Amino acid sequence: MRRALKQYVQVSPYLAVGFALTIAFVLYPMVKGMYISFFHYNVIKPETSESAGLANFGRVFRDPMIGTALRNSILLALVTVPGQWIAGVLLAVLIQVKTVRLKVVWRLVYYIPVISSWIVVSYLFRFLFADGHEGFVNYLLVDVLHLIGEPIGWLQQTWSANVVIWLVSIWKGVGWVMVLYLAALQSIPRSLYEAADMDGAKPATIFARITLPLVRPLTAYVTINLINGAIQAFIQAYAITQGGPMDTTQLLNTYLYKQAFQYFDFGYASAISVCLGALIFALTYTQQRSIGRDRIEY
Amino acid sequence: MKGLKTTMIHLLLVAGIAIVVGPFVYMILTSLTTDNYSLPSPHKLMTDAKTLDNFAQAWGKNHFQLYFMNSLLVTAATMLFSLALSSCMAYAFARFSFPGKELLFRLFVFTLFVPAIINIIPQFTILKALHLVDSFPGLILIYVGSGLVGSTFFLRGFFERIPRELEESIVIDGGGRFTIFRSIYIPLSLPALGTLAIFSFQGTWDEFVVALTVMKSEAHRTLPVALQLFRGQYVSFYGLFFAASIIALIPTIVIFLVFQKQFVQANLSDGSIKN
Repeated sequence: MRRALKQYVQVSPYLAVGFALTIAFVLYPMVKGMYISFFHYNVIKPETSESAGLANFGRVFRDPMIGTALRNSILLALVTVPGQWIAGVLLAVLIQVKTVRLKVVWRLVYYIPVISSWIVVSYLFRFLFADGHEGFVNYLLVDVLHLIGEPIGWLQQTWSANVVIWLVSIWKGVGWVMVLYLAALQSIPRSLYEAADMDGAKPATIFARITLPLVRPLTAYVTINLINGAIQAFIQAYAITQGGPMDTTQLLNTYLYKQAFQYFDFGYASAISVCLGALIFALTYTQQRSIGRDRIEY
Repeated sequence: MKGLKTTMIHLLLVAGIAIVVGPFVYMILTSLTTDNYSLPSPHKLMTDAKTLDNFAQAWGKNHFQLYFMNSLLVTAATMLFSLALSSCMAYAFARFSFPGKELLFRLFVFTLFVPAIINIIPQFTILKALHLVDSFPGLILIYVGSGLVGSTFFLRGFFERIPRELEESIVIDGGGRFTIFRSIYIPLSLPALGTLAIFSFQGTWDEFVVALTVMKSEAHRTLPVALQLFRGQYVSFYGLFFAASIIALIPTIVIFLVFQKQFVQANLSDGSIKN
């Protein structure tokens, strides 16, 4: 007991302030959010909020818009997580090849989309995929490459609008995956590859049998972050389609934002948010377990 | 054979660059042309006379400079405080033992999976209680507070990989834990700290939803919010909007170039100890 107290006293100068801030701005809001989800919450006069029991959650399961938003969020994750991962890892592997020059330059340029602002990039894509011949992508496809006869109204239809949202998400995230894998690849001793090289193993085999197992902790970290980012995606849909046409490109996050800050239905929005958290937790659970477990020693 | 393969790889990388850089080229070209009452056609972009008028206008219009400075202040303060606090916390988790440490850490990590967007409402009520709504300290507090867990998680791994043997020289000289922290853990983690600095700067500079919700008065707006309103106000002034966007991108790129040497490199302490 004494000893525990002494340990707390020793560690508190390093922990206290950060811990207090985390309680105030992360843990408390989280608990409060769960609490609110059981109420018909009144923002102006919180003390008059009526208890809702499980009504908000029942609504989550009956609301047809949730079905649409859930479909879009899941599809976004299914497309953009593998998309970013494959392109990012491929780039890292290519840049890492011994004979490739200007490594720093490649790394720098491919990283520019990552450091660019989401708002700016989203509007940029909205203009690139504009209707008619003015839109750059239409111009490219119709007038330069002659692949299609008529310009596409990209943002007028559900599926093409979703494609634009997926493209911007992948385009912006690839550099992030690449940079992390580059760092990891650099730390793998060359000697491991030389043996495989001498046995005449194919590059693909070397990658699958040596590289991937060695970077498994990183893969877990990256996958969790990508899934988390995809399910919590917000600005790209908010800025590019505003959920339209006819709310068919809403994501879970944009829909709950709309419920909270347009309809001020915080109770319902919180219930959606709780379900969203559970979904992310479930989707990343297997990866989470492997994060602490594997410590690779060479 | 080997030469052909290398050429192919270089060609692939160049093709990739075209996809990555293309949209930016389009943005820059648009910002250099004027009289764009509708979205300028790609043909017009190539042939029109280029001018920097849009940049001068964007910089001078609508308190753009004020918003720019607001963003700079908020972002710099957030970056500084979160680096200082999260490295202290990571050190506590990496090199101290106390009851409930792992449980607490797990609780922290768990919060990373809860959607952040809904936290805004309770965060807002806390600021209200502290009388900090619509103030820079309030916004900075939210940014610092909500980013700490992620940075601590990131840094702890780096700190734990630093061999404890390095601490011995300090202990022999009679140095305490803070000396060890300052003269071993911080200098050896510069790559990690540099990486975090970039993440923190970029994330804060770019943040939109919280700033939109918490900052009410016009004079306190940050750049992302201002940009969004700017677009609403000058719907068809594409060149002007893109010029403003490009100015807004510059600080992040500068910060990235400053810290990029430190940026996610293999751990420096590898090789500092021979087994």
